[in-house]
Amino acid sequence: MPLMRHSNEVREMAGELGKYKLCVSARSADKAILKKAQDGGIVTQLFKFALEEGIIDGAIVAGPGDEPWRPRPFIATTVEELMSSSGTKYNISPQVSWIKEATRSYGLDKIGIVGTPCQMQAVRKGQLYPVGLRDVPDKIKLAIGIFCMENFSYQSVKQLVEDHAAMKMEAVKKMEIGKGKFWVYGQRGQVVQLPLKVTHKYEQPGCHVCLDYVANLADVSTGSVGSPDGWSTVFVRTRNGDDIWSKAIAAGCFETKPIEQVKPGLELVTKLATEKITKNQKTVEERAKFGVNKGLRNPYLGPK
Amino acid sequence: MGLLSRIFGTKSASSEPKAKPAVKSDVEKKAETIKKEEKPVADKITVGHVHMSGCTGCLVSLADNYGGLLTILDKYADLVYGLTLADVRHIPKMDVALVEGSVCIQDKLSVHEIKEAREKAAVVVAVGGCACYGNITRFGRGGQPNQPQHESYLPIGDLIKVDVYIPGCAPTPQLIRNVCVMAYLLLKGNKDQQELAKKYLTPLMQLADRGTEACGCDLMYDVVNQGLCMGCGSCAAACPVRAITHEYGKPNVNREMCIKCGACYAQCPRSFFNFDVIPEFEGIMDAIDAALK
Repeated sequence: MPLMRHSNEVREMAGELGKYKLCVSARSADKAILKKAQDGGIVTQLFKFALEEGIIDGAIVAGPGDEPWRPRPFIATTVEELMSSSGTKYNISPQVSWIKEATRSYGLDKIGIVGTPCQMQAVRKGQLYPVGLRDVPDKIKLAIGIFCMENFSYQSVKQLVEDHAAMKMEAVKKMEIGKGKFWVYGQRGQVVQLPLKVTHKYEQPGCHVCLDYVANLADVSTGSVGSPDGWSTVFVRTRNGDDIWSKAIAAGCFETKPIEQVKPGLELVTKLATEKITKNQKTVEERAKFGVNKGLRNPYLGPK
Repeated sequence: MGLLSRIFGTKSASSEPKAKPAVKSDVEKKAETIKKEEKPVADKITVGHVHMSGCTGCLVSLADNYGGLLTILDKYADLVYGLTLADVRHIPKMDVALVEGSVCIQDKLSVHEIKEAREKAAVVVAVGGCACYGNITRFGRGGQPNQPQHESYLPIGDLIKVDVYIPGCAPTPQLIRNVCVMAYLLLKGNKDQQELAKKYLTPLMQLADRGTEACGCDLMYDVVNQGLCMGCGSCAAACPVRAITHEYGKPNVNREMCIKCGACYAQCPRSFFNFDVIPEFEGIMDAIDAALK
């Protein structure tokens, strides 16, 4: 099934982009998915395919919560439920919190999960060190990661939308970070753009020690950066991810273009990944001497 | 992956039983079956299960590896001590002691046995919340029949040096299994295998070093207060008593419900995240699976 493949070997990039077997620009072939999608509808389409093929029994997605734009982890077991959860919310949904419950209350044997790079790290740590995740490690069948520079709490997004962009949360149609700005699109067509300088201080502090931009530990990771509008950049990383992706391509789920042939391409992805990791690595180092001969914890050195 | 395939690849070529490639021809399979039967028992490590004040849930968890446990006992470890499983009265010399339960300091035999376990075992592993942190026995204050004076229960680390922690209530069969395989590699493996095992076990050794107190509060003290929480939800998933919910993307611990098993903090990717091990998840999981085939 080696369709649209550029190399069969795992490319070991210099860290920033992680290991991957394949990188393409892609979008869903399904118009209904594209209509609601943040970019290329990759996550919704790939989960839909995996659900329909029985590769997964259900997927932990960021579904609609109690308030507008407040996501909560939601276990989608039907295509309709998947569709209701599409789009980026730009605030925290503790996806991994349902990973054990999905195998218990929901009885899933084959779990899909979508999450940010740190959530993919949590999933993989949970598989190698399942301290409290009995019988979960081998039930994770498709982990899709999304590119992430940083995340916001719900209150931060509310602050940005209501105070800075002067819009009601329920009046927002779409939010987006791109071209150096935070964009808020209203239901009635109005558009507000905020410079990222404004949004920075509202970022979740825990994001500032994160050393992963493109979800290096996912089976498949995706995000808008690197691809033209309406398309997504996709990294296929693991053997499992490669297997599912190849099947989805063979089934005609996606339109793809070689990443080398799209603008701005991998160069921009690498640039942003390097920026994020360099900046956060510096933060990790500065934390070590945060006080007077006293520092803050570094999780990468151990649990102490 | 290169390192891992080398590690596990070279192993299967040697006389020691180890991870084998997933796909094998029938001829190879037969050859291996014969080799396995001829394999000298001396290659195995010796393991004992030392039972302190615990509910036997940790032992049940070990047993819940089902076929995997049989493979471990067949290929990698001899069970030389275990009240429920081996007919041995006194703690013998062994490579690894898996200790379950906390120590009742009013029970002379328990105190004697935990010290003896330390003397006789090269590696002491605290299996489960009670051995690591006291867990539910932290709430014991005596009065129970038929030994009402048994009122003080200590994590084993308060009395002896502990090498490795496996927190959680109950600890999961999969983590116990992983530690068993890694302990085998550490003691009997080649240089590369020892290196991998050491890297894998390091955070669990650091947990043992960190202390004998655990609580849902650790999430606040050592993660949220330290500016490290990113709201993934691992802690809530790990909690065996569902004491953790998420408010505003951060954990909220119901401290009345917390049993102090240590699972939430150990599961948190911001308690420890070892970049020299976890990104190799695919190869390591394959290798462990293959080792237990």
